[in-house]
Amino acid sequence: MITMENVCKSYRIAKRNAGFGAACRALFHREYEEIQALNDISFTIRDGEMVGYIGPNGAGKSSTIKILSGILTPDSGKVSIDGRILWNLDGKGRSLGAGKEKYRRIDHVRQIGVVFGQRSQLWWDVPVIDSYELLKDIYSIPDQVYRKNLAELTESLSLTEFLRTPARQLSLGQRMRCEIAASLLHSPGILFLDEPTIGLDAVSKLAVRDFVKKLNREHGTTVILTTHDMQDIEALASRIILIGKGRILMDGTLEDIKRGGASMDETLAQLYKSYEIT
Amino acid sequence: MKKYISYFRMWLVMGLQYRAAAFGGIVTQFFWGFMEIAAMHAFHESNPAAYPMTMEATCSYIWFQQAFIAMLSARLFDGQILDSVRSGDIAYELCRPVGIYDMWFSRSTASRLSAAGLRCIPILLVAVFLPKSYRLSAPAGLPQFFFFLLTLALAVLVAVSFIMLIYISGLYTVSSDGLRRLCSSLMDFLTGAYIPLPFFPGTIRRMLELLPFASMQNVPLRVYSGDLAGAAMYRALLLQIFWLAAMVMIGKILCRNAERKLMIQGG
Repeated sequence: MITMENVCKSYRIAKRNAGFGAACRALFHREYEEIQALNDISFTIRDGEMVGYIGPNGAGKSSTIKILSGILTPDSGKVSIDGRILWNLDGKGRSLGAGKEKYRRIDHVRQIGVVFGQRSQLWWDVPVIDSYELLKDIYSIPDQVYRKNLAELTESLSLTEFLRTPARQLSLGQRMRCEIAASLLHSPGILFLDEPTIGLDAVSKLAVRDFVKKLNREHGTTVILTTHDMQDIEALASRIILIGKGRILMDGTLEDIKRGGASMDETLAQLYKSYEIT
Repeated sequence: MKKYISYFRMWLVMGLQYRAAAFGGIVTQFFWGFMEIAAMHAFHESNPAAYPMTMEATCSYIWFQQAFIAMLSARLFDGQILDSVRSGDIAYELCRPVGIYDMWFSRSTASRLSAAGLRCIPILLVAVFLPKSYRLSAPAGLPQFFFFLLTLALAVLVAVSFIMLIYISGLYTVSSDGLRRLCSSLMDFLTGAYIPLPFFPGTIRRMLELLPFASMQNVPLRVYSGDLAGAAMYRALLLQIFWLAAMVMIGKILCRNAERKLMIQGG
């Protein structure tokens, strides 16, 4: 179970006007703007749920994923996953709870799998299978489990042909399938997918969707998915959390936002407009 | 521990595939070494009495320096590590159950060993068969050779632990370019890559020998030919261990601190 309670995160962004004069002034005096990326976010996700986390660009989706995966510290709020408290911070960022939630990134990341659609986790110059072997050691996956998982992933994502190809020579679609397999070798209970279908062709998209569905059905893996592709959401998410300008605007099912015969994209655009978050 | 050995093995293997880079390196280092020895001969001839090392020791110093440059240099950085910090790909590393410091350390050490492994043998082989005044001579003795290997290993680790500090500075400032450039020229001077440290005048020399940079190549290269021996050698060895421990400790503290408030930007 994943819970976020009153989580806030703001970024400080340096701003200046265009031009040489402004650049010189900025040497002596910097202006910063506080951007509230997450403003009082709370939700609970039960084991085995598939949740679509949607919102326009810059809404705070990736920040949420990063906080949940333990690589970004929120300013305040409480985050716990399967009873492990990742953060419990008061309004000033001080730790509450007598050091119980001391920094435990390494214990935490063992239990989760993460795919960032816009980054690569495979090592560029070596065959994919070498990356997998290294991940096996990194996560201390027992031989038997590794072989079983690898066989299963290879089969359901059809990886056989390119396991021996260096990652840099794979097409985006092939690479994304390899990335997803890489994040599941250690059988995590929770999978975070941050725009996993970005830039993929129809065939690869379908392959990825089918695979995620199967994973959730057969292993009960909790999946949290951010995407701009409404068909991903339609195919995968039984529950949708809509975020905009750092706030949760809606938490419901697909049916809640669907109306009439409008396409998903139109529905969503309408929804963004009605909340004035575009 | 096993995972860091795996990182080490992987980067060792990876480094061995860059053949063209190694070939280029061999040619460059060989000519560089040749020119440097020629210049040293010129010094020697102008005033042999003021020359602080024997000519054989100087030749060995320069040949080993050129052969192991990829391993000992304090100015060779792993582009992948620097990029992963700037581009945010470090996000993935943080999503894995590994300590950033230990992982970078084993990777850097491995890629240094493989780069030097590819380059050193041809250079040393040729250097052994050169005319006498340019030749790489045999070690001063068996014990010296043993201490040479020991101080060489320590030197690699000291160099890596220093480079780690520069990588970690990137976690605080996004780009460590500035610090890196500053270090590059300064390091060559302080480590004795331009001229061996014994050529520096008295007080400066004594100060330089205490700095961590002297532990990076000056020590093993002089131990080999017996230029550094006896009590002075043991002192240098202890100093190497001291700097290694100190820099690893500082690096680990800074790294842990940075990990806690790291920010991965962009979506």
